[in-house]
Amino acid sequence: MTDIMGSAPVPASRARRSSLMAQDALSKRRNAAEARFKIYGIVAIVIAMLALVWLLISIFSVGLPSFRQTFLTMPIELPADKLDKSGVRDVAVMSKVTTVGYAAVIQAALEKAIKEKGIDVGTMTPKDIAGVISLEAPAQLRNYVLANPELVGTTIDFEVLANGRIDGFFKGRVTMESAQLDSNVKPEQLVLAEKLTEAGIMAKRFNWGFITAPDASDQRPEAAGLGVAIIGSFYMMIVVLVLSLPIGVAASVYLEEFAPKNRWTDLIEVNIANLAAVPSIVFGILGLAVFINFAGLPQSAPIVGGLVLTLMTLPRIIIPARAALKSVPPSIRDAALGVGASKLQSVFHHVLPLAAPGILTGMIIGLAQALGETAPLLLIGMVAFVRDYPGMPLDGFFNPASALPVQVFSWTTRGDPGFVERASGAIIVLLIFLLIMNAVAIILRRRFERRW
Amino acid sequence: MSVSLISLIVVILAVAGFILARRRALAHSGGDARKLHSLPQYHGMTGVLFTVVPAFLVMILWLLVQPIVFENRITAMIPEATAADDATRTLVMADVRRLAAGLDQAVSQGKLREADIEGMRADLTDVRGRLAEVGVALGSNVQQSVFQAAKAYRLIRNTSSLLMTGVVLATAVAGFFYAMSRISVDYRARNVSERFMIGLLALASLVAVLTTFGIVFSLVFETWHFFTLYPPFDFFFGTVWSPRFGGGSTLGILPLIWGTLYVSFIALLVAVPIGLMSAIYLSEYASKRVRTVVKPLIEILAGIPTIVYGLFALITVGPLLRDYFAMPLGLGNSSSSVMTAGLVMGIMVIPFVSSLSDDIINAVPQSMRDGSLAVGATQSETIRKVVLPAALPGVVGAILLAASRAIGETMIVVLGAGAAAKLSLNPFEAMTTITVKIVSQLTGDTEFASAETLVAFALGLSLFVITLCLNVFALYIVRKYREQYE
Repeated sequence: MTDIMGSAPVPASRARRSSLMAQDALSKRRNAAEARFKIYGIVAIVIAMLALVWLLISIFSVGLPSFRQTFLTMPIELPADKLDKSGVRDVAVMSKVTTVGYAAVIQAALEKAIKEKGIDVGTMTPKDIAGVISLEAPAQLRNYVLANPELVGTTIDFEVLANGRIDGFFKGRVTMESAQLDSNVKPEQLVLAEKLTEAGIMAKRFNWGFITAPDASDQRPEAAGLGVAIIGSFYMMIVVLVLSLPIGVAASVYLEEFAPKNRWTDLIEVNIANLAAVPSIVFGILGLAVFINFAGLPQSAPIVGGLVLTLMTLPRIIIPARAALKSVPPSIRDAALGVGASKLQSVFHHVLPLAAPGILTGMIIGLAQALGETAPLLLIGMVAFVRDYPGMPLDGFFNPASALPVQVFSWTTRGDPGFVERASGAIIVLLIFLLIMNAVAIILRRRFERRW
Repeated sequence: MSVSLISLIVVILAVAGFILARRRALAHSGGDARKLHSLPQYHGMTGVLFTVVPAFLVMILWLLVQPIVFENRITAMIPEATAADDATRTLVMADVRRLAAGLDQAVSQGKLREADIEGMRADLTDVRGRLAEVGVALGSNVQQSVFQAAKAYRLIRNTSSLLMTGVVLATAVAGFFYAMSRISVDYRARNVSERFMIGLLALASLVAVLTTFGIVFSLVFETWHFFTLYPPFDFFFGTVWSPRFGGGSTLGILPLIWGTLYVSFIALLVAVPIGLMSAIYLSEYASKRVRTVVKPLIEILAGIPTIVYGLFALITVGPLLRDYFAMPLGLGNSSSSVMTAGLVMGIMVIPFVSSLSDDIINAVPQSMRDGSLAVGATQSETIRKVVLPAALPGVVGAILLAASRAIGETMIVVLGAGAAAKLSLNPFEAMTTITVKIVSQLTGDTEFASAETLVAFALGLSLFVITLCLNVFALYIVRKYREQYE
């Protein structure tokens, strides 16, 4: 350790002259190195923190606007001669009128509203005027009318989505200059949108549809929602919970309390440690080969996703569960055995309840990881475009569905820039779920974990 | 009968088993539980276990073996001419299954009767048209041989389902009566049920082994399949990756391995200094208060799903690097690049390096620090010359684990690194990795049995082997290191 003091030996004469009051050159250098080293550490931490903040700010600033959406509210006449020629209000007959028929109704309503408010539309064609409304609006109106057939013949106040580009204009994504270059929107339409806003027809409000509606096609980012994805993720989490909690607890109890120390248990232990570090995409390949090609389960079904995520999560649950069991002191077991309990009774009546908070915490964190996992789900077909809500359990587990993180991915692959905003919004929803789960885990740990 | 219905019956039988076995035990002892060897509920427990467990095991085994048997029986029925090789056979099998499902649907909707199907011939009736009526769209007209196979498939399936119901319920009932017959005053019900339970626990711990087995088996099997279609030498040593749908692809893994290693290298270049320095600061300098705040904050980075990082790379980091670095330097104009993916992945990997290194540095005995400080070394000198050398093996293990994490990472590279397989040194160029290509080959529309799809399994196997070696090596180092100071 001599080189700590620097290479040159200190001459005796200088050493005598050194003072406690004034630092000599070598001490100065060493103290400076000390300060520098400390600063490196602080800088490293600050960079890590800044990266976290930057990541969150960038996602939130892009994603938050997706929760608010531009709507047009106007009175819409529902002419009986167009929507229900038979006049019997029979839904089966009325559903023969396609969305094209409803589009005409909406267009007429918008033109009337524009006239009433005295808005000058200049030389715009009727098609351009109707272009400020979402392509999804006729379908919305049609569903609403088919659900309430008695409304035909009356005038209702109805709220329809504005076109994604118009919505983008109010959120700063589309400008007059970009509209000039864009074949999907014209500057005149943006001017009209501004006037409609002044007239109170067009307004931005919180959009529940983003959370409840199903996905929408490429040209309709404004109508795309997370409904199917949230249900799909929820179903998968149920499958993961139902399978991995009993299996995970049983496996960790066996390995920690009962397993004899031999090569076989060693093998299982090494196996679990390695499985926890296997790339998640490999589990996707496993799911594709075993559950879909071999067992013939349907593609994009939550049951397959749940099974794959269960296999992936199990080792990540077993490891903390074993740690929790290990932290229960042996005196508890000895006391139980001492009063005549069997080994199994001592574990199930005493050790397991005491380890339960730790096991549950690990379980919730494992579930949270599974909720955010994307790659394996891509391989089992969860990227498919699904617009129908899956049914109720248990049948619903076999229906096609999407999942939150996969929905994010499929939105990033779409062409319309409106989908980037949607994808970031979906991530905010995902992060909120993760935050809740982790908060529950932390509270559980704080309240119930015992330190022995 | 459906699986859920059978399960329900078995469960009801088990509940009955519990109640009856308990009652029987009490009856044997004349109502005095003290005379029994085991408490009455343990007698009940044996009733449950003997009813449920064998029945469910039989059912699971049946469901696992069933598809193999079906496949063999049906494939044998299809003439050689229609299914010349593996690829077409898989397609024909899919047709058979779809047709059978269509017939089921037609029957359940009442459009067809079983007797009708028996007499139907694909060359005489328009099967495709009939099925279209019930909403089952078939791709092409149905061949007679395929139709016969579908009929046979339905027959086997129905017989199998009937047989399974019989066998499973018989097992359950047999278990039930076996449990009942064993009950007596001296029956050691507690010992029996406990041994049974421990067996079940051991079975649960086998799931992990089965998973590994499943991974290895499916990867090796399909990879071997791939190598019958594509020469292994060209795969492992080919420098060109250009899959063509419709055959004639060149599938060399080297550009993908290069991309993977390049991205991971940049990620480690970011993560190792930052992670290591913050671990050192947190374990050696920081006060307890700072530590309790900063440590969880860094670990948040590990809890964020990788798709979030992927989107971050796509919408923020990528365009930023392109506009301020790549374009002014004239190195490229692509927003997805090795640099983008590497930087973002580096951020993701920081907590893996820092928290493991933190543990390891904390495990270095305090006496070593004290000794160094006592001879007059400053704190940073102690860290650099005493603590770090002592912790080095562990830190290397942590870095290797982080590297395996980076190599297996998918979403960040899918969204950040690009899709072009290239062997280039320019970090601002788009390159691609093994994981990206697994995703793109398996989510495409090509038929499953083609080399273009099966190559994903060979890639998966390579990835599995690489990460497994890194993990085993890293875990070995970390374990050895821990033992050293315990």
